[in-house]
Amino acid sequence: MSTQTGPDSIELLTFRIAEQEYALDILSVREIRGWTHAPPLPHAPHYMKGVINLRGTVLPVMDLSARLGLPKREQNARNVIIVVKLEETMTGLLVDAVSDIVAMSPEDMQPPPELSSDIAEAVVSALTLIDERMIRVLDLASTINVLEGVAA
Amino acid sequence: MTTDPMAEIRASFFIECEELLEALQDGLQMMDEGEDDPETINIVFRAVHSIKGGAGAFGLEALVRFAHRYETVLDEVRAGRLLVDPDALKVFFQAADHLSDLVRISRDEAPLPEEETVQLLEALDAFLGDTPPEEEAAEEDIDFQPMGLALDLDLNGDDVSEDSDAFPSLDDLPPPPDFNTENDSASETYTIVFTPKAELFETGNEPSLLLRNLGDLGEAQVVCDASELPDLADLTPELPHLSWTINLATDADEGEIRSIFEFVEGLCTLEIAAGNGPAHADQNHSDIPHNLPEITPPETLGPPPESRSAPFPAPQSAPASLAYEQQTEETTPAERAPVKDKSAKPAAAPAAKSVVRVDLDRIERLVNLVGELVINQAMLSQSPEQSGISPHSDAMSGLEEFQRLTRDIQDSVMMIRAQPVKSLFQRMSRIVREASAAVGMDVRLQIFGEATEVDKTVIERLADPLTHMIRNAVDHGLESRDDRIAAGKEPQGRVNLTAAHRSGRVVIEIADDGAGINRPKVLQIAIDKGLIAPDANLSDSEIDNLLFLPGFSTASVVSDLSGRGVGMDVVRTAIQALGGRITITSEPEKGTTFSISLPLTLAVLDGMVVEVAGETLVLPLNLVVETLTLENEGVKMLRPGHNVIEVRSGFTPLFDLGHALGYREPVTDFEGSVALLTAQEDESRAALVIDNIQDQRQVVIKGLDDSFHRAPGIAAATILGDGQIALILDPSDIIANAGPMPRTSPAYSSEGLSA
Repeated sequence: MSTQTGPDSIELLTFRIAEQEYALDILSVREIRGWTHAPPLPHAPHYMKGVINLRGTVLPVMDLSARLGLPKREQNARNVIIVVKLEETMTGLLVDAVSDIVAMSPEDMQPPPELSSDIAEAVVSALTLIDERMIRVLDLASTINVLEGVAA
Repeated sequence: MTTDPMAEIRASFFIECEELLEALQDGLQMMDEGEDDPETINIVFRAVHSIKGGAGAFGLEALVRFAHRYETVLDEVRAGRLLVDPDALKVFFQAADHLSDLVRISRDEAPLPEEETVQLLEALDAFLGDTPPEEEAAEEDIDFQPMGLALDLDLNGDDVSEDSDAFPSLDDLPPPPDFNTENDSASETYTIVFTPKAELFETGNEPSLLLRNLGDLGEAQVVCDASELPDLADLTPELPHLSWTINLATDADEGEIRSIFEFVEGLCTLEIAAGNGPAHADQNHSDIPHNLPEITPPETLGPPPESRSAPFPAPQSAPASLAYEQQTEETTPAERAPVKDKSAKPAAAPAAKSVVRVDLDRIERLVNLVGELVINQAMLSQSPEQSGISPHSDAMSGLEEFQRLTRDIQDSVMMIRAQPVKSLFQRMSRIVREASAAVGMDVRLQIFGEATEVDKTVIERLADPLTHMIRNAVDHGLESRDDRIAAGKEPQGRVNLTAAHRSGRVVIEIADDGAGINRPKVLQIAIDKGLIAPDANLSDSEIDNLLFLPGFSTASVVSDLSGRGVGMDVVRTAIQALGGRITITSEPEKGTTFSISLPLTLAVLDGMVVEVAGETLVLPLNLVVETLTLENEGVKMLRPGHNVIEVRSGFTPLFDLGHALGYREPVTDFEGSVALLTAQEDESRAALVIDNIQDQRQVVIKGLDDSFHRAPGIAAATILGDGQIALILDPSDIIANAGPMPRTSPAYSSEGLSA
């Protein structure tokens, strides 16, 4: 781990999508699953990958790279689904690979620069550096809540 | 909230209230059907009384106040001083509705409907002020010889003895030779023989306390009868051997004496006799005592003052001349049974099955787990086959056993979720009352098959459509009173609500005896609204089905009740969402019947597992009429992108399922593909092109969370034997969406950016 654990530190799960590094607050992560085929929902937004079976419940899976507007890539066996829980709703997020769990203190987190045209910006709540690599910390609510907008 | 123990007790009080309100409704319903025996009235009274008691404990003032007045009126009924006529029942029903409103309001701590409360209280008080109506005597069917009778004018009194005190003139009357009214207030001597049964001691009752309480009523001489006491050697300590004979001189009436023994009813043998005469044997204590004979005020006292049989529970230990009547009732049970054997029926109710209250979440979890088990079992039974184990091996026969058990468990768990439609139907009777009041009609709702069990989810989701249909029946189905009389019908309209199990489905029928559907009018409206072509030639049933078209409303006057633009189409959509069908049959002048057929459960479905564009999908089997193998010659192009096939005599539209779902580009070569001919609720047909059929099996329905994307054409999902998810299709939705403007997935490509 590159950072020491402090009393108000936040633990982040970092993962890669299209050679970029992203992170989520680990408290919202429920589990990580290997990639399985997700039957697509017809006429769903393109970033909705489909649905998978999570121990008997139907879990919608979002292709995070499509959601963030990153280039399309082929699926491979190393891809994983991060199962997150926001309020009472579980969602799967398809990412390329999970990298690490790091503890960050809030001071290490910088707000992202104001670039309103950037569609990924709305979902990135902070930036931080680990070993000179920039990590984009995602705001889970705004990442997922787009779904509610579509459903409504 | 949950940490507060008081809140929990409070919550359980409200749950109890629900049950009591249900009992209240039941009781009133029975009274409405003419069963005014004391036990029914008692059930009603006790329900209100218990609600009052509980509400008092929680300081729910408004509830207590209303319940108290209601109870007072019911007490008058119970005492036989108030005759329940249809008008009174109407008020009682309203009061019951209001009481249930008050319970709900108290629970939610919502503002109180003061105005309504005041109105109803006035209506209730009217009963207390009034003298009982004349026709009272007409209903009475037991012949009594005219006798000097205790007369009671003070109908406001709560207490019998008080009343009697107010009329000491009774004492001046020559005492009838063999007729003692029980509220005779003269100091009376009673002989009470009290023999406890073993159960009395088992339930922790103490005879000495009862005897002491008796002593409080007046001067009591207690004699213990130890003659039954066996020798010490033969003594069984668990069995009681003692009985007591009490000579009690008291001002109290027999009812008060009985009330002392109220809690040991059925646990002892009790004989009470006025005077020193032989005690009248009274073995049966299934009824709470009703000690007040009909008391008729002198003004209305006709030459033969009769008393109704009803207020007397059959084996009431009444004095001599009453005993005559009881004798006949007891000795000729066969004759009387069909008419008046009511004490048996309510007596069965307290012996209800024991019930456990379970949190719905727990059941949901159990249902989910069982669903998992079924899937797991399916997976497990696939693996030995694949690994080449002999089908006659122990492992395989064990698996078969496992499969059977799983199915049994699944059935049992589904049964837990099943609930009688009673609660739903009771709500409907309230809707009828309110709806008929709103349009000023007299409507009677008759309910049949309320014990029919349906999945809880189905019941919940039926409430809105049923309400709408019931209102429709009252508002549009039934004619006005004058029209009914003119048509030679009873002035009171009837609506029948029936539930029954029929061939694995639940059928609910709403039938009115109104004028039937006015087909020319329906047709005209449909033409006026441009729903059908003016020259369309429709059969009767096709015209009836026009009611289900969106935006159809026949009421020429848009009433308060229905006709708010939501029509039968909404009802049909709701029913279809439950996997049900709705049909109309109507006969002019006879009435209209709506028939809803529903699956027993929403948890499992008979499905056809098919493969389309590499995806596995499930179609509800009941929609698939037949399967076809396509040939290119059979497929005719209607216009680009729209094809039809000739099936037997007609052309059926052909939909490429893979394209309709946005999985692939439209298929151009149909040679050798499989098509499923599906029939919709409205009899329209469509053929769906698929790649191949995999299986036909029962699947466990997994609801798609509403919070995420609502996919058109997808009803739900299921998990197949291999653990993969398969989507369950809703063909009618697909066809509707694929109709005029086929949607393709690229249309959504920009949505991801809109966040």
